[in-house]
Amino acid sequence: MTFFRQTGAIFWKDLLTEYRTKDSLTSMLMFGLLVILMFHFAFEPDSLETERYGPGLLWMTFIFAGILGMNRAFASERENDSLQALKLAPVSWGAIYLGKMLANLLFMLLAEAVMLACFTVFFNFDLIPRLGWMSAIVLLGTLGFASVGTILAAVSMNTRMNDVMLPVLLLPIALPVVIGAVESTSAIFTDPPGEALGFWVKFLVVFNIVFVTLPLLLFEYVLEE
Amino acid sequence: MKPLAWTTCAAMLLSLYGVFLFAPTEATMGEVQRIFYFHVSSAWVSFLGIFFVFVYSVRFLSKRDRELDTKALAAAEVGSVFATIVMITGPLWAKPVWGIWWTWDARLTSAFVLWLIYLGYLMLRRLVESPEQRARLSAVFGVLGAVDAPIVYMSNRWFRTQHPSPVIAGGEGSGLNTEMRMVLYFTFLALVLLFVYLWRMRYELEHAQEDLESLQRQARLQEAL
Repeated sequence: MTFFRQTGAIFWKDLLTEYRTKDSLTSMLMFGLLVILMFHFAFEPDSLETERYGPGLLWMTFIFAGILGMNRAFASERENDSLQALKLAPVSWGAIYLGKMLANLLFMLLAEAVMLACFTVFFNFDLIPRLGWMSAIVLLGTLGFASVGTILAAVSMNTRMNDVMLPVLLLPIALPVVIGAVESTSAIFTDPPGEALGFWVKFLVVFNIVFVTLPLLLFEYVLEE
Repeated sequence: MKPLAWTTCAAMLLSLYGVFLFAPTEATMGEVQRIFYFHVSSAWVSFLGIFFVFVYSVRFLSKRDRELDTKALAAAEVGSVFATIVMITGPLWAKPVWGIWWTWDARLTSAFVLWLIYLGYLMLRRLVESPEQRARLSAVFGVLGAVDAPIVYMSNRWFRTQHPSPVIAGGEGSGLNTEMRMVLYFTFLALVLLFVYLWRMRYELEHAQEDLESLQRQARLQEAL
């Protein structure tokens, strides 16, 4: 089996389990909706304030919902004690990482699409004309977050208090993603788009190149026994 | 060990002389500016610490020598002390000069994030039971954290920079008077020596502890026989 077929197999396995349990997606979505509700009562924002704080809040919601999802990344393996079996499977461990990462990425993107729609409805985000840029930024930001998140989920899986450990390890590392994503999202909400847009999108691309390659190289050390 | 201890001691005394007696008083900030020498040098040393963590983590992953893991641990512990010094001296200097304890300035924020990465690393080590696994997982996080630290620094520097541009390696119009620069570099050198000294002390302590444990085990075994 080639590396990509292996990755695809792992990806498909996670997709299927998620389709049957819907654990990650429901938890992320419920969390997102609750944040939107809290946001309204915490700030009671008018349209100007929504424009000012919206991008930041949007990414806060994505990130914290993402942590919920990441905490579930290796949950089925841990709960069913099947990590050993996964490691024994005739696939390269890089493929396990990549498959899992892509599955996490897809779950996060699905949840984010719904959250973004809710933001548009509840806070009158003028999203439609900016949909192209917005999708690109969400994809880039989420990719960076998911790639670091997946390897750190595997690291924190082996610790006591693993659900606390994940945000402690992940959030400082993922900070540049948050900065890049929030800055570029803010840039598309001004009319015409701010000059910073191109710069921060490139920044996200560079971050992704580094932080997708590095976990691919390091993941085998995490799984090893 | 002895010569290093004495050199460090002499360098520290000399840098105290430089900071308090030799360096001229800064025109606008006055005496309080003298904290700058320790503050900036400690910040550089804390970056040196994470660099040590990176080097020994990578070497540990390739060679699997426990010795290297101990060195990475020692670098993280001593580095975190310097990062803490930065976090304490920063607000102490900021309050009289800027009138506020804290501002989300690029360098302050990156020092803060570096400090959090150190804490995450040390916390991770405490929460993994088996020594072999602890060494591997913390090395993986050490590499990720160390690669992230300069990215965090750069992203913060580009993030809506509203504060004075860096004095060292800033742009045009920045710079220090020659005596101040001499004192700064010398203080940095003294703190590097201190860092190396403490680092060596720390990993020798770890060795002593391991030796003690194995002796205790032997003693217990003999008692049982």
